Amino acid sequence: MDVFSPELFLKIAFCAYGAGIVGSLLSLRHERAANLVGFASASLAALSGIGSALFALISGSAREAVAFELWPSSIPYVSLTLKLDPLSAFFVLIVSLLALALSVYSFGYVRGFYGRKNVAVLGAFYNALLLATTLVFTAANAFFFLIAWEIMALTAYCLISFEHEKAETRKAGVLYFIMSHIGTGCLILGFLLLFQVSGDYSFEGFRALGEKLSPARRDAAFLLFLFGFGVKAGIVPLHIWLPEAHPVAPSNVSALLSGVLIKTGIYGLTRVLFDFMGTPPNWWGVTVLTVGTVSALLGVLYALMEHDLKRLLAYHSIENIGIILMGLGASLMFLHTNHPVLATLALIAGLYHTINHAVFKSLLFLGAGAVLHATGTRNMEEMGGLIKRMPATAFCFLIGAVSISALPPLNGFVSEWLTYQSLLQGFGTTGSLVRLMFPLSGAMLALTGALAAACFVKAFGITFLAQPRSEEAAHAHEASPTMLLGMGLLTAACVFLGLFPTLFLKLLDPVTQQLTGQQIGTQLSLANRLALGNTQALGGTVSTLGIALMAVCLLPVPLVLWLFFGRRAQVRIGPTWDCGLRGLTPQMEYTATGFSKPIRMIFKALFRPHREVQREYDYSPYFAKTLRFESHIEEAFVTRLYRPLNRTILRLSRRMRALQAGSIQAYLIYIFITLLLLLIFAL
Amino acid sequence: MNRVLAIILQTLLLLALAPLISGCIRNWKAKLQNRCGPPVWQPYFDLVKFLRKDMVISEHASWIFRATPYVLLISTLLAGLMMPLISVSAPLSLFGGALAFVGLLALGRFFLALGGLDVASTFGGMGSSREMTIAAIAEPALMLAVFTVAITADKSTNLSQMLLAAQGPTWKLLNPAHVLAFAALFIVLLAETGRIPVDNPATHLELTMIHEAMILEYSGRYLALIEWSASVKQLVLMALLVNIFFPVGMAAELTPAALGLSFLWFMAKLLALAGAIVLVETTNAKLRLFRVPDLLSAAFVLAAMALLSTFLFQ
Repeated sequence: MDVFSPELFLKIAFCAYGAGIVGSLLSLRHERAANLVGFASASLAALSGIGSALFALISGSAREAVAFELWPSSIPYVSLTLKLDPLSAFFVLIVSLLALALSVYSFGYVRGFYGRKNVAVLGAFYNALLLATTLVFTAANAFFFLIAWEIMALTAYCLISFEHEKAETRKAGVLYFIMSHIGTGCLILGFLLLFQVSGDYSFEGFRALGEKLSPARRDAAFLLFLFGFGVKAGIVPLHIWLPEAHPVAPSNVSALLSGVLIKTGIYGLTRVLFDFMGTPPNWWGVTVLTVGTVSALLGVLYALMEHDLKRLLAYHSIENIGIILMGLGASLMFLHTNHPVLATLALIAGLYHTINHAVFKSLLFLGAGAVLHATGTRNMEEMGGLIKRMPATAFCFLIGAVSISALPPLNGFVSEWLTYQSLLQGFGTTGSLVRLMFPLSGAMLALTGALAAACFVKAFGITFLAQPRSEEAAHAHEASPTMLLGMGLLTAACVFLGLFPTLFLKLLDPVTQQLTGQQIGTQLSLANRLALGNTQALGGTVSTLGIALMAVCLLPVPLVLWLFFGRRAQVRIGPTWDCGLRGLTPQMEYTATGFSKPIRMIFKALFRPHREVQREYDYSPYFAKTLRFESHIEEAFVTRLYRPLNRTILRLSRRMRALQAGSIQAYLIYIFITLLLLLIFAL
Repeated sequence: MNRVLAIILQTLLLLALAPLISGCIRNWKAKLQNRCGPPVWQPYFDLVKFLRKDMVISEHASWIFRATPYVLLISTLLAGLMMPLISVSAPLSLFGGALAFVGLLALGRFFLALGGLDVASTFGGMGSSREMTIAAIAEPALMLAVFTVAITADKSTNLSQMLLAAQGPTWKLLNPAHVLAFAALFIVLLAETGRIPVDNPATHLELTMIHEAMILEYSGRYLALIEWSASVKQLVLMALLVNIFFPVGMAAELTPAALGLSFLWFMAKLLALAGAIVLVETTNAKLRLFRVPDLLSAAFVLAAMALLSTFLFQ
């Protein structure tokens, strides 16, 4: 056995995260030192984590990975075992990659908190969250997994409520806390169901356990896990905490929450459904695919209605989780109909989109953070013209926007291409009417993608282009070099994952081997392109690298035209056409709300916008002296589902209050009755 | 070497033919309305004139505004190179099929909409907003129709493969899936190319413009590139319709004779489709903006019925 092993790197990463926590806390009173220590050790840990994951995936040692104990434990059933199998390694790669970029970014970003907030606390919780997330991805024992899961949830809560002096933040934090714990409750029940059959909490014992469970119990476990992990992933309708909690956190943390934390839900679902549950019944796949489609569509529609830049991005996380679930759902359906190769293709689509979303969403959040840092607002209606003042940030944000809109040749396009292809191929897998679901989901994916493009035209255009709409935007400044470096790393990752998918697919081979028993990475890649099937004519092919190179080759076309015809043409800078009025003011620009108005009108039945116009006039309403316009949208899920539920719970608990009257005698009677009941039950 | 030649030839064909089709549509429309109309060559004169003219660029514009015409032209040409025009195999068919084709057109539109917002005018923003909205609701119909045709072509999204399958042993025009998908795609074509009843390419009223409002600030060389890209886009979308659904006379081998014959066929088919567009444009009024979704959902329903019919009749 070599001295160097992925496990060693993993342990180094844990130690470095630990050192980050301790170091930050030791330098409580020295902001600069805390910043340096906290984020330097996180960067180090991240590098070590990347090394560990890549090592495990490339050398193939992940395939024969064995569980190892992190710490001997004397509690029965609980063993603190870790295992770096391919699926774990893939997710460790995601978290470490992001941790590196985010930590570099944080050096500059947290300077904004100097003198205002305690940076040391932020650094400590940040390291703790990364540590807990890495543990979640590598834990090999259900008990240990749940402990790490809880630590992760709690540290995330502390980070979300970091700026707790704002009421909005506190409210969002509590909402997250409640939802997260409902989810954890479901997970505990789910694991208990599995435990009843396996008699052991280790993931090894859970492997392919589904076959041994009775169908009813198996379905119950599926629903519990879907609910529990779904809350964390933010699927519709369990998503309401996400657009509240993600925007209020500091931007580097928002990026972490959207990039990694919701992926723990995806990890959990993949682990449970593909590793533990055996061959799934058809309705599981149908459910996951439907949930995914609905989440994707509603996520993007609500995102379009936002003019808070970070809330908009948070809603897009719901959309992208939906797209990931479409891949996973299709994969489950193919497993049911016994098409392992197609199942692998769909699974690859889902996992590829997982890492893509992690990369471009973090990039966008970091960009939003830089904008927030520079202008002090998250409201897009007060931005504008930032491309002239923050050119590098604008460029990175643009790359992220093109990626998330699934436009070629960047990474979002690649994973959505894979998703489309697996949906299309799925049509042939079954003869029943269910197969119509595949092309229809594909069509909904197309709608989602096009709406996402519209949304990012708005997000980028209103934020970065045209004239500044406020004083702050007019005097914005470029982000600091470390922040730009952090964004640059993620931009490079977007381009790499977009142009070289064939290189990346090799990393996924061990993962699919583990989950579906197939490896199609080499079959999929043909020279530098992705190709379906072994013959190149059948099936689709795409080469993003080819498209990019060809675009460069076509550049001479406009150049030749210019040389041939327009050499003598002059360029003059002039004012924008203002219909003969005297000068355009920023007030006359199109607003974010105005931009999405057509969509709001078309999907009126869904949004039910609340609109209020007040006019003051003397003679006729057409000549108003003052005009006040107000419009807002409340999510149907909040008004129709959660608010009534909330009311019911409050009403019930008010009734329950009678039980807790505070008199000792009454409590003694309760205890006595309970005891009696238990005795009767035991008989 | 052959492939490089094919790429060069097809690029030239796209650039040379596209303005002619636009000119034909404009001329015939005028004839049908008892006007004389501009000659069919007018778009070429316009392009040359635009290329020679001085440019006025807004003081608010950033590099996005300047990059947009190039991104638009190149992405549209790339999409065009993936489309089989006169030979069965498209020059870039290995670099991407129907999905990349749709994606590249979307890339051009994305930048054009940003260009519209970049100059800080209300008209530009209005145009961008409407263009992105209409494109978004046209997309599911487009994709569903493409999926349906792909399903009848052994689930391949390779455009050449789809064409071969449509040629197949029996010509599939009378296949109900193809008829319905054709109808859906025709509506999408009208929407994507900004034709009446969705948008009016000849309007001069800013408030009713969609495409024209977005490019209101462009002048000179940039305007020429954008206009040219718009007509190339129209040409390739029309080629999608005529070649996939009427795959007659396509050259299977790359000999000059076969290609020439195929070119004649291609022209005939294109002009027939252009005639259909002219008829629609002349007999219909422009729809109110909020009636356009009804039209496009009709396209979606047609595409869904096409899909259903592949399930029923096989």
